[in-house]
Amino acid sequence: MTAHAVTVSYNDKVVRQFAIMTVVWGVVGMLVGVIIAAQLMFPELNFDTPWLTFSRLRPLHTNAVIFAFGGSAIFATSYYIVQRTCHTRLYSDGLAAFTFWGWQLVILSAAITLPLGMTSSKEYAELEWPIDILIAVVWVAYAIVFLGTLAKRRVSHIYVANWFFAAFIITVAVLHIVNSAAIPVTLTKSYSAYAGVVDAMVQWWYGHNAVGFFLTAAFLGMMYYFVPKQAGRPIYSYRLSIVHFWSLISIYMWAGPHHLHYTTLPDWAQSIGMVFSLMLLAPSWGGMINGIMTLSGAWHKLRTDPILKFLIVSLSFYGMSTFEGPMMSIKTINALSHYTDWTIGHVHSGALGWVAMVSVGSLYMLIPRLFGQTQMWSTKLIDIHFWTTTIGIVLYTVSMWIAGVMQGLMWRATNPDGTLTYTFVEALNATYPYYAIRLLGGVLVLFGMFLMVYNVAKTIGQGKVTPVVIPNPELAHA
Amino acid sequence: MLSSAMNLFVVALTVLNTAAAVWLLVWMRKRRGESRRTEDTTGHVWDADLREYNNPLPRWWLWLFVLSVLFAVVYAVLYPTLGNYQGTLGWTQIKQWEQMQAEQEKQARVILAKFANREPEDLAKDEQAVAIGRNLFANHCAACHGSDGRGGSGFPNLTDGDWLWGGEPTLIQTSIAYGRMGVMAPWAEVLGEQGLDDAAAYVMLLSGRKALKGDVAAGQQHFAQFCAACHGADAKGITAIGAPNLTDNIWLHGGSMEAIRYTIANGRQNLMPVQEHLGDTRIRLLAAYVISIGATRVAQLEP
Repeated sequence: MTAHAVTVSYNDKVVRQFAIMTVVWGVVGMLVGVIIAAQLMFPELNFDTPWLTFSRLRPLHTNAVIFAFGGSAIFATSYYIVQRTCHTRLYSDGLAAFTFWGWQLVILSAAITLPLGMTSSKEYAELEWPIDILIAVVWVAYAIVFLGTLAKRRVSHIYVANWFFAAFIITVAVLHIVNSAAIPVTLTKSYSAYAGVVDAMVQWWYGHNAVGFFLTAAFLGMMYYFVPKQAGRPIYSYRLSIVHFWSLISIYMWAGPHHLHYTTLPDWAQSIGMVFSLMLLAPSWGGMINGIMTLSGAWHKLRTDPILKFLIVSLSFYGMSTFEGPMMSIKTINALSHYTDWTIGHVHSGALGWVAMVSVGSLYMLIPRLFGQTQMWSTKLIDIHFWTTTIGIVLYTVSMWIAGVMQGLMWRATNPDGTLTYTFVEALNATYPYYAIRLLGGVLVLFGMFLMVYNVAKTIGQGKVTPVVIPNPELAHA
Repeated sequence: MLSSAMNLFVVALTVLNTAAAVWLLVWMRKRRGESRRTEDTTGHVWDADLREYNNPLPRWWLWLFVLSVLFAVVYAVLYPTLGNYQGTLGWTQIKQWEQMQAEQEKQARVILAKFANREPEDLAKDEQAVAIGRNLFANHCAACHGSDGRGGSGFPNLTDGDWLWGGEPTLIQTSIAYGRMGVMAPWAEVLGEQGLDDAAAYVMLLSGRKALKGDVAAGQQHFAQFCAACHGADAKGITAIGAPNLTDNIWLHGGSMEAIRYTIANGRQNLMPVQEHLGDTRIRLLAAYVISIGATRVAQLEP
């Protein structure tokens, strides 16, 4: 590529790399999810092999879907969006390439160390300290590339998607570094820098903001580009963007303690977690309203465009799980729902319904454009993917809701003589049918991912990589 | 309790963040200066066709936000939320738990009263008592002894009529109330490899089985010298010290040659925890239930 081409074209190479790995890690992460869902029904499936046990595969599943699949989707779309909306090439091609290879190395290290049982035991932050340091380095490089690109933009206003990406990148850096602070003992073992309930609070300050920034803010950024693009409609309300952005990122910070209701965490801290979670409902819904109302006026396109279907259903799941979350943070409701499969259902309505669906929809629009095409090889397959995923997620979440409420009620049921009505194992037995339905839902979602792999391979096969020339920003605007 | 500086910091930060959100809402709720026509965009354009309308905040959404803030304010007045401030209701999670416990206990006492001071044997014949005993067993005993009372490796079967510490009703009651600690010393260093084989072979023979290796005669000598003190010269055990009968082919830690040899070599320590906190009546009911399941099972075995 000539020096001229570098200045006039976008860096889509790193976008292509991350986009393809998103699909790959999506299949891997969801496959591990299906395996552990099957293990809950048939424990023999761990084959008495330590690295195949539920306890080691479960963190592998969460890390693979959140950081490998979700992370790659965010890298791909944020690099694509920041260039298109700033009308400029990425700040540094070298650093961008470093973030790709560095992030893949992080994922590979996770895929090796977690099954070996090396873990810090902090949920969603299980990786041991050398990998944590690598994550921090890659993340700083990501921040430099993204913020550097923003700084050299050729339009004066920063597009709303970039607000969300920037907030997400900065906050995740802070969360990761603070929560992963540890005292190393050996290369593969460390102890948290915090003790007791402080450790728990730091962990859930991190954990809930991983949801709030990694799984919400970043994907809202994605939504804010692909929904108006695919619908061909302007964003519904600029002022709603402003209000819900600032309220979302400031109020999310406080919600973590709702993970520690009725524990040794002081009452006041629990209450703060609860009331801020409730105040989070409106800011969360602001994003859903802005997305859905942007589609208003283009509803007819839903009949023919399965990509829009993915996007609109993802927003619906987003709205539903951000309503469910605040409700579950109320102490009275949490007393029933906590530690049950209701939580698992809630997480998956967010992670599959919102995160995976908005990512898949965006990728179906993005991938053909990265390979000189206007659309995917088969629209029909996208439609089938949409339906299998939607049905799969509904089966998954509904079965876990029923199972969770049932478990909560069985665990708390008492006899007049003061004893508990059910033993733990009785509640477990009652859960089996719902585990079967959940497994079926998971298999459907995974099946959809295989369709995607095929469709993507065909699209790439018939495509051609051509540099995209940077258009001039419209004069006198933006 | 937070220090006063920390308290001030926490309260100020909580209040300021909430106030800032409200200020943002109030500031943004009305149009100022910009176009009043909904069809007009803000004028910004990105990537050829990305534009923005500037519609007002949906009213229902605005009120939803305001209501959630109002709820937070009221909640913070009533319940402990702002640092060291305790809230007007005086609620704490500990108090809530204590109240629920007290209510439950009050209700239970009424029901338990009619079984107080009755003998377990007598209670074992009372259907209601056995039913309550079963509930108590499921809550306090089933985790180790199994929900059917048949135990598992290391956890005694309570239904086979074989009692480590004696099957008299009063002894069962004592086992439950005060727990039991069973200890067998390790003999590996005393006996050596060959001695362990011999002793294990002899113990196999005691329950009528033949081992593939080991000298039974030598084992018998070892038994008389080291084992008989606790297990008795006839190997039928001594319940007063919890030493098991070795002739009945009932094994707490496994009856295979390997398991027996391991037990002799390394000894065993087994603990049944104290249940005294349950109170006398509940312990009597538990004993009654244990007697009842033992009796039922033994009756089944002897047609």
